[in-house]
Amino acid sequence: MSKQKLTPEQQEYKEKIKPLQPKPPYLLNVAKAFLVGGLICAIGQGISNFYLTFFNFNEQTVGNPTVATLILIAALLTGFGVYDKIGQFAGAGSIVPVTGFANAVTSAALEHKSEGLVLGVATNLFKLAGAVIVFGAVSAYIVGMLRYLFQMWF
Amino acid sequence: MKLTGKQTWTFSKELYIASTGTAVGPEEAAGPLGETYDLTFKELHCGQDNWELAERHLLEQSINICLQKAEKQPEDVDLFLSGDLINQTVIANYTARQNKIPFLGMFGACSTSMETLALGAALIDGGFANHVLTAVSSHNATAERQFRYPTEYGGQKPDTATYTVTGAGASLVGTEPSPIKITSATIGRVMDLGISDPFDMGSAMAPAAADTIATHFNDTGRTPTDYDLIITGDLSSVGTPILKQLLQEKKFDISSNHQDCGLLVYRPDQPVFAGGSGCACSAVVTYGHLLEELRNGKLKKILVVATGALMNPMMIQQKETIPTIAHGVVLEASSKGGHE
Repeated sequence: MSKQKLTPEQQEYKEKIKPLQPKPPYLLNVAKAFLVGGLICAIGQGISNFYLTFFNFNEQTVGNPTVATLILIAALLTGFGVYDKIGQFAGAGSIVPVTGFANAVTSAALEHKSEGLVLGVATNLFKLAGAVIVFGAVSAYIVGMLRYLFQMWF
Repeated sequence: MKLTGKQTWTFSKELYIASTGTAVGPEEAAGPLGETYDLTFKELHCGQDNWELAERHLLEQSINICLQKAEKQPEDVDLFLSGDLINQTVIANYTARQNKIPFLGMFGACSTSMETLALGAALIDGGFANHVLTAVSSHNATAERQFRYPTEYGGQKPDTATYTVTGAGASLVGTEPSPIKITSATIGRVMDLGISDPFDMGSAMAPAAADTIATHFNDTGRTPTDYDLIITGDLSSVGTPILKQLLQEKKFDISSNHQDCGLLVYRPDQPVFAGGSGCACSAVVTYGHLLEELRNGKLKKILVVATGALMNPMMIQQKETIPTIAHGVVLEASSKGGHE
């Protein structure tokens, strides 16, 4: 039975169990996501300031080492089994930043290690993160083309 | 007549559970029933190289313990009925490769525990076997990677989610008298009341449990008060109140004598969301704690209803709803002695 075509009995059941089901704590989740997401960004800013102060980077070039450092930290936290616990607490707060992307890639790599380096790790590496890359590339292409056409005509 | 009513089997022979074996992982060992398991592991890998080997080790160990307690060898067993949650039930298949007992692999998702026990009893009753070994397993990490996300993925789960029990339970069924008797079983129908959220199995499976329990009462003419305990497999804190309400609508009141294995297996403060699930959830609680309660006389007659969600991730992604099933087995305390 497909989700779209529920029978009257199924509709009735869904309505009936609504009061018995726990309500998702939306407000609390939003607050936790805001705090943890903000904290991750603040740590990123700290790392960025560190590179600007102690190394030969400027505002334009400091982004790359900062992101690389955050990815390294997230990958290590995933390996030590901590990031999934942060994720359960923070929800979107730890998925949306670049650390969430690092976690998606690292966790898939760890999970499929038992099936070997090629068919396990390499094949499954972007199992979760692949969608981000696909939509990132596609939307970048569309936005880029729009900008190009806009400049050509106006 | 062995077929009683529409879906209930009443066994004509005296059938007994000769022995059981249970093996569990760390979270279950730390739970309130930690003392009732035969073997506990401190680490989720159970000393093995990967998750699937860990689950297989749990299943093999539970079977070894079960056979040891009954002082039986694999050659003494006529049939091995087993299943698990992993694709093509490979955990059971590869375990059967080792023990060489004639094998029927079974799949009923988390209801496989009672599916194997009911069928095992029926096959002995029908004269097709003298000793049947039934065993099921589940493992939190193998289930996570197959049904959900990689174990270390930081996605947020809702409060309605359940936590797959890491463990395995085995039982040896025969006709030699022991303190635990199997008297009847009710085979369930597949129900689907339109739930499509794989993180809400309790709501999806409650109608199947309600249907099987109501059918059991209608088939046998019994009422909820005929049982000291009606125990469901893994409805969790979400499905339990739904089941009670559904049965109340059918004029069966189980509010005073119902419990759920998924709620017994962990403490509320453990990180298990709405409760435990998985084939092993009903198996380790039944074959450990509940049988002990029957043996020491605290319980006399129980109805164990194992619930299963018969989907896989592909069906969920294709926007299908979740079909579910429940099988019930009646276990009774017997005054006749046995090995244990």
